[in-house]
Amino acid sequence: MRSFFDQELDVLNNELIKMGSLVESLIEDAVKSLMTKDVELAKAVIVKDDDVDAMEKSIEARCLQLILKQHPVAGDLRLISSILKMITDLERIGDQSQDIAEISLLLADERFIKELTHIPQMGEATIKMLKNSIDAFVNRNQELAYEVIAFDDVVDNLFDTIKEELIELINKDKENGEQSINFLMIAKYLERIGDHAQNIAEWVLFAITGEHVKGE
Amino acid sequence: MDKLIIKDFDLYYDDFHALKDINMNIAEKEITAFIGPSGCGKSSLLKSLNRMNDLVEGCKITGEVLLDGKNIFDKNVDVNKLRKRIGMVFQKPNPFPMSIYDNIAYGPRTHNIKNKSKLDEIVEKSLRGAAIWDEVKDDLKKNALRLSGGQQQRICIARALAVEPEILLMDEPTSALDPISTAKIEELIQQLKEDYTIIIVTHNMQQATRVSDKTAFFLTGEVIEFNDTDTLFSVPKNKKTEDYITGRFG
Repeated sequence: MRSFFDQELDVLNNELIKMGSLVESLIEDAVKSLMTKDVELAKAVIVKDDDVDAMEKSIEARCLQLILKQHPVAGDLRLISSILKMITDLERIGDQSQDIAEISLLLADERFIKELTHIPQMGEATIKMLKNSIDAFVNRNQELAYEVIAFDDVVDNLFDTIKEELIELINKDKENGEQSINFLMIAKYLERIGDHAQNIAEWVLFAITGEHVKGE
Repeated sequence: MDKLIIKDFDLYYDDFHALKDINMNIAEKEITAFIGPSGCGKSSLLKSLNRMNDLVEGCKITGEVLLDGKNIFDKNVDVNKLRKRIGMVFQKPNPFPMSIYDNIAYGPRTHNIKNKSKLDEIVEKSLRGAAIWDEVKDDLKKNALRLSGGQQQRICIARALAVEPEILLMDEPTSALDPISTAKIEELIQQLKEDYTIIIVTHNMQQATRVSDKTAFFLTGEVIEFNDTDTLFSVPKNKKTEDYITGRFG
């Protein structure tokens, strides 16, 4: 009976999935560009962040059109308002991936003061969180959304570990200071990416149940 | 506090079972919206609440409607007095073909108020109450049928207010009006809530969300869901409610 509206909602779902997978690839490439000192890859991340911004604007416009024309209520309203919130989180993740890529460019010519192990782990963990939050959205999977929320602790713990390690390196030799701060910033960006992925999972739960998850 | 309690209520038009086992408490000084597709029984229930269905041949009612604890279908209930307490505003504005003043004074006169200054007072108070006093105060002798549709509907609301009812029943009161008149009536309904208990039947979902505190969704003679309006329109409990309000019904 509302086939046009349903088609539009399908399009919206697909656009969100596309934006999610683009953002996923940005996190992956940003961390990879750091690890492999790949200047071209870092530059590509910076360029692709513009695509993320454009997708955010386009999805936002679709949502506003649907609110204007279809007066969504109930599940439809929760879905559209959740998407509006999720794209903001995705856009922020895009920005933070770009920030990481910019530091990669700065460090590309330097010899690292340590072998990086926890940063790639953080990268993998946040990618997993983002991927699962989008999957939870697509499949209306509450359990998976809750897993994402719980998994943020893993990311937070990795951040704390990295911080302690870097403090130790600075204590050992002042010369380690500048690079340590850059690594710390990368870790902080990844920690924030985890928070945004958690937000997305919380919006998925809101879209399904109409209730906000208690907590942070 | 509950103003009206509808209890084990069934309504039949001959063999047709139009309303089935309705149980609903209507809170005092709240606005309750009845929604649902055509033929779902919402208007039948509304009309039963001031016994307008008494006039419909073949209409049979079982169960109770308690107004302040007293069943309105009891044999000793004076229907005229009941309708003074429970007023009705209809879908199409239906002012009487007489002056604005006489339209409003009509009800009080039938209840034996003849004193001119008392009537003047009632007319002004009712027209103010219906947010139309300023538009008509200089021309109260004008025939009410010469007013615009939106003004006519507010005259009808003023006419209903003139007998100082406790409950106002409104059957799609804005469906024949333009958006500006609709907005005025909706705002008026919000103001009337201060003093009256209001039940409104509407096909306009946005209107239900804008004006009402509680909403009841009717389908094929049953109340499927009755809840706070905000809850019903954001997280409906019943799939049928969700399907109807999101337009995926049927």
